[in-house]
Amino acid sequence: MSRGQIWFDDAAGPLVRPYAVTRGRTRSPQAELEMITLVVALQPSDHPSVTRLDPEHVEILARCQRPTSVAEIAAALKLPLSVVKILISDLIERQLVLFRASVPPDLHVLQAVINGIRRL
Amino acid sequence: MVFVGSDPYSGRRADEFPVSAVKLLVAGGFGVGKTTMVASVSEIPPLRTEELITEVSRDVDDLSGIERKTTTTVALDFGRITIDPSIVLYLFGTPGQDRFWFMWNELADGALGAVVLADTRRLDNCFPAVDFFERRGIPFVIGVNCFDGGQFYTVDEVRDALGIPATTPVLLCDVRQRESSRDLLLCLTEHVLALATAATTGG
Repeated sequence: MSRGQIWFDDAAGPLVRPYAVTRGRTRSPQAELEMITLVVALQPSDHPSVTRLDPEHVEILARCQRPTSVAEIAAALKLPLSVVKILISDLIERQLVLFRASVPPDLHVLQAVINGIRRL
Repeated sequence: MVFVGSDPYSGRRADEFPVSAVKLLVAGGFGVGKTTMVASVSEIPPLRTEELITEVSRDVDDLSGIERKTTTTVALDFGRITIDPSIVLYLFGTPGQDRFWFMWNELADGALGAVVLADTRRLDNCFPAVDFFERRGIPFVIGVNCFDGGQFYTVDEVRDALGIPATTPVLLCDVRQRESSRDLLLCLTEHVLALATAATTGG
């Protein structure tokens, strides 16, 4: 099965409990969100504009006050990756977070990674 | 519209946050020590994230032939190494069970390279991983995990058994040891750099 193909459709909805927090939505509109995509909040999680968000959204905002990967956010919220991607997409849509897709590192970055590993 | 004021977040743009993330994989058969390796070098205790999958199953006895969907989760363990203020390295263990192969595509997407852990008592368990990375053109090194004194073969014998070229590094290791895991990662990233350099110079 190819990547990006849907595993659920709308009919699955809240019957699949983890998707209850996304109100049955099973696909993220931000297809570029990968496990190591970094997400950073544009607002503090107690900002007045976040009062109408769901608790999960607020928790994501709190978790990514510094650039944090999608995988780390999912692990912290104990929610499946696909669910967290949908919630992050909501925040992107509302311009509450920014994300940076991972790009293939150049030789410079690669050398820095090698130096960093050597220091371990 | 950029306001300079009490809100430190206003006006921040995506290209302003100075962090890039890179990903390496740790692959191999079930129980070969993937999570142990991640734990030995990660700056945080390994985190676990899950993905939901549906599997179509069909009851043998069901004469109506109705397929039924079941939902299962596949767990991924990963660790983090902050290289410097602008680069974060993530280390993902691949799921050991064959039926979660589809997850490998997402994991492999954008991965710099992979450490394939091998246990010489069950060498064939790492064949699928070797095969996968070869076909995907993802650089990898083999780490022959020698815990419990389970080293019965030489590096060359392992290389022959796996059918990999002399250019693919094979190392003996004990991934419970931080230094040993570090050496594997170092070997891998230097291998990746050598291949990338050769590619850019046309060599």
